[in-house]
Amino acid sequence: MNNKFRVFLRGIFDVSPLMIPVVPFGLIFGVLSIDIGFSPIETMGMSLIVFGGASQIVLLQLFSGGASSLVIISSVGAVNSRHLLYGAVVSEHLSGLKLVWKIIISYFLVDQAFARSNEYFKNNEDKNKYFHLVGGGITCWVIWQTTTFLGIVLGALIPEKLGLSFAVPLTFLALLVNDFRKFINIIVIIISGLVATFGFNYIPYKAYVIVAGVTALITAAVLTNFKKNE
Amino acid sequence: MNNWILIISCGLITFLTRFSMIALLKKEMFNDRIREVLSFVPSAIFPAIIFPAIFLDSSGDFQLENNPKIMAAIIAMLIGIISKNIIATIIAGLASYWFLIFVI
Repeated sequence: MNNKFRVFLRGIFDVSPLMIPVVPFGLIFGVLSIDIGFSPIETMGMSLIVFGGASQIVLLQLFSGGASSLVIISSVGAVNSRHLLYGAVVSEHLSGLKLVWKIIISYFLVDQAFARSNEYFKNNEDKNKYFHLVGGGITCWVIWQTTTFLGIVLGALIPEKLGLSFAVPLTFLALLVNDFRKFINIIVIIISGLVATFGFNYIPYKAYVIVAGVTALITAAVLTNFKKNE
Repeated sequence: MNNWILIISCGLITFLTRFSMIALLKKEMFNDRIREVLSFVPSAIFPAIIFPAIFLDSSGDFQLENNPKIMAAIIAMLIGIISKNIIATIIAGLASYWFLIFVI
């Protein structure tokens, strides 16, 4: 078997367990997007063009709250700032690649694919190792598009009484499960939550996501600095 | 049409945050300190979506009494801390929410 293809399959295999929580996330996105008033084509377009769960949910949340485009776009940017970290971490493994591959890989650099391929890159020194990220990324892509589509179709069948909008905070809460055990993270979580909740009606332009996020990140910088100086 | 401009803009900014570091930066430009702080981005941003969705109603007013979301979120969080499992957390939260609104 061709080596590139073998690494590609390995990427699919490694990322697959992480796809289980993506299924309800994609369904919820599809259902909510239709609920808020986006057309099925626009909903599918979001998953195809943006291809980022957290970004898309933030887009929906702020759009339904009546935020301006500028605030929505900058909030999506704030949510995505974690990708700067991913890119910086994997870039050393991809520095020899052609531009077109860097563009393709950037599109597929989602949380789950990053997590699994970063481990693989650290332990393998093969010039084709980037196919691992392509395999993992395409797997995420297929699951995300399929579940978005199913969410659009099922959305009409799910009664509003089920309160599926509660699934949005729940999904984000679930993404933080590993952070609830760390002291600094808990402080950062509480500060962000309090600033957003109390600022919700007072911070102009629905910019509460950005204001809360930046405040909490500064807190994180200060607290980790203290910890280091102890 | 306006919606499409919004969607494409969000797509562009998502792509650019992923692409910029891969294309432009060398690893050395990110020292350990910046990396450490960036690792807090999920903890800093996600609660800004979680808390208002739980504690505020759709018009932005506090809803602290008769609010099953608070109890369901606490149960989900406890299950998350114990299990460290994303899907178990979501299921626990939804199940307890439905239990609170339909059964009790």
